[in-house]
Amino acid sequence: MTLITPSSLAIETHALRKTFGEKVAVADLSLEVPRGEVFGFLGPNGAGKTTSVKMLLALIQPSGGDGQMLGLPLGDPRARARVGFLPEHFRFHDWLNAAEFLRLHAELYKMKREQITPRINTLLELVGLEQHANKRLRSFSKGMLQRIGLAQALLNEPELLILDEPTSGLDPVGRRMVRDIIRDLRQNGVTVFLNSHLLSEVEITCDRVAFIKFGQVIQISRLQTLVEGELTVTVRARNLTPEMVAGLARWSGSVRLDGEHLSLTLPGEADLPEVNRYLVEQGAEVYAFQPQKVSLEDLFIQIVGTDGGL
Amino acid sequence: MNSLRSSAVWVIARLTFREAARRWVLWAALLLGLLFLTVFGLAMNEIRKEMELAAEGPMALLATAEAYNVLTLMGLYVVNFLTILMAVLTSVDTLSGEIGSGIIHTMVSKPLRRWEIVLGKWLGFLVMMTLYLAFMAGGVVALIYLIMDYSPPNLLNGLALMWLSIVVMLGISLAGGSTMSTLANGVMVFGLYGVAFLGGWIEQFGVYLESQAAVNIGILSSLLLPCEALWRRAAFEMQSPLAGALGLTPFSSNSVPSPAMIVYAVLYAAAALVLAAGVFRRRDL
Repeated sequence: MTLITPSSLAIETHALRKTFGEKVAVADLSLEVPRGEVFGFLGPNGAGKTTSVKMLLALIQPSGGDGQMLGLPLGDPRARARVGFLPEHFRFHDWLNAAEFLRLHAELYKMKREQITPRINTLLELVGLEQHANKRLRSFSKGMLQRIGLAQALLNEPELLILDEPTSGLDPVGRRMVRDIIRDLRQNGVTVFLNSHLLSEVEITCDRVAFIKFGQVIQISRLQTLVEGELTVTVRARNLTPEMVAGLARWSGSVRLDGEHLSLTLPGEADLPEVNRYLVEQGAEVYAFQPQKVSLEDLFIQIVGTDGGL
Repeated sequence: MNSLRSSAVWVIARLTFREAARRWVLWAALLLGLLFLTVFGLAMNEIRKEMELAAEGPMALLATAEAYNVLTLMGLYVVNFLTILMAVLTSVDTLSGEIGSGIIHTMVSKPLRRWEIVLGKWLGFLVMMTLYLAFMAGGVVALIYLIMDYSPPNLLNGLALMWLSIVVMLGISLAGGSTMSTLANGVMVFGLYGVAFLGGWIEQFGVYLESQAAVNIGILSSLLLPCEALWRRAAFEMQSPLAGALGLTPFSSNSVPSPAMIVYAVLYAAAALVLAAGVFRRRDL
């Protein structure tokens, strides 16, 4: 069905399952994430997102099913050497300072001695903490910890980066930073597996998203298709006449006029300039012209439902 | 050597050592140790003066040596207890604490085997506790030597057995920490120690009262945790032959654990470490 060959997959799982006693955390996870893709893993709280990530990294043993990461079976340390990971509820040895902390994890990655110091400096600069290299992590804010945690996940120049809610503690500047880092990584061919419920983040960064609920993948969508799809335009204008509205029929089958507010549905972005030009040429005074895609949030609620999986 | 220095075991061992060295409990123990050595030194000085005043003739000289031997063992008995206590207090929460806080997540997701974490922690604590034992036991032995010009027989054998107690305690504490909460682990370790301690006394009474049942209870409790037996063996090694006849004192012994008990303790410590690594390897984090 797909053109993806096994060797080009960063993550591949077959019917991965995890139960804790009676409770099913992950029911049946089958995924294929090709290399070089930024993959969003979406779902309500308790849907099994973190459990799934932990199975990939062999933090927990699957109750059933199997999988591969970077072409090696789950649990193989050689795969983890090429993976970066930032857990959701990260806690670090907070008595270390930022540089010592990165050095420790570089050593755990078995990086070469002479590579470590330059890499630490590069990363501290990348996450904007170069001024804080000698401060203990104990004195760091949550956002700063998230930044240093991200730097930790990038030490080994990973082929696959797994981030579990990477922006939850960050201010807008920090979120922008994470987004830019992910964009740069993608340009370098790094696969990013992003676990998040901040949909706007996912919408901006991801190529594809999987929606999961009750530990099962419900749907996988390419975000580009969402972007290219149907959109609604809301126009606020004066001097709108019924003739004008009737003339819009050549672009849209559903046009609605309500005083100064006009709304119409278009099949894609391509018609936007023409519609705008038409309205102006017909003598409408346009104050606002707002195209709106079906948002990921709408899609999320549509697919996952409003019960939040609780 | 190079591969050792870059191995995860070494990295974790250094981290563990540094972390333990920062904790107040270790400094408290060191301070307590200094206090103990000071008091011990002052007391020994006073005792020596009294003994010299009282001693006359060759028989008195013999009695003096016997008394110095008992005093040395008394000092080492306190050191033995303190090192065992410290070995448990510093290591009891290392696995359970890091599992509970989530610190362990970014460690085990690195390219290492989980047993390397267990072995590294064990090694880090062992180096630290070896230094502590060397400082404390060395202090006692040095004070006795400087003040009384006496040193006990088979000193190194005795110290080696005290050291083996640390190895045993670290093993059992890590094994408990790989599966239990910190509190449960502490209760388990000190509970076992209490049973072994009591068992040791029951065994000595048993010998005194010629009750084989009591002796068996003592041996069984030593099998649960061989630390008390190791101490009694250490005291036996270091006591002068005559002091053994003094009878029921905690730092000399009339029921001596056999060399088989030493072998058992070595196996026990190894098994505890293997158990710790095995349980931790399979544990969901």
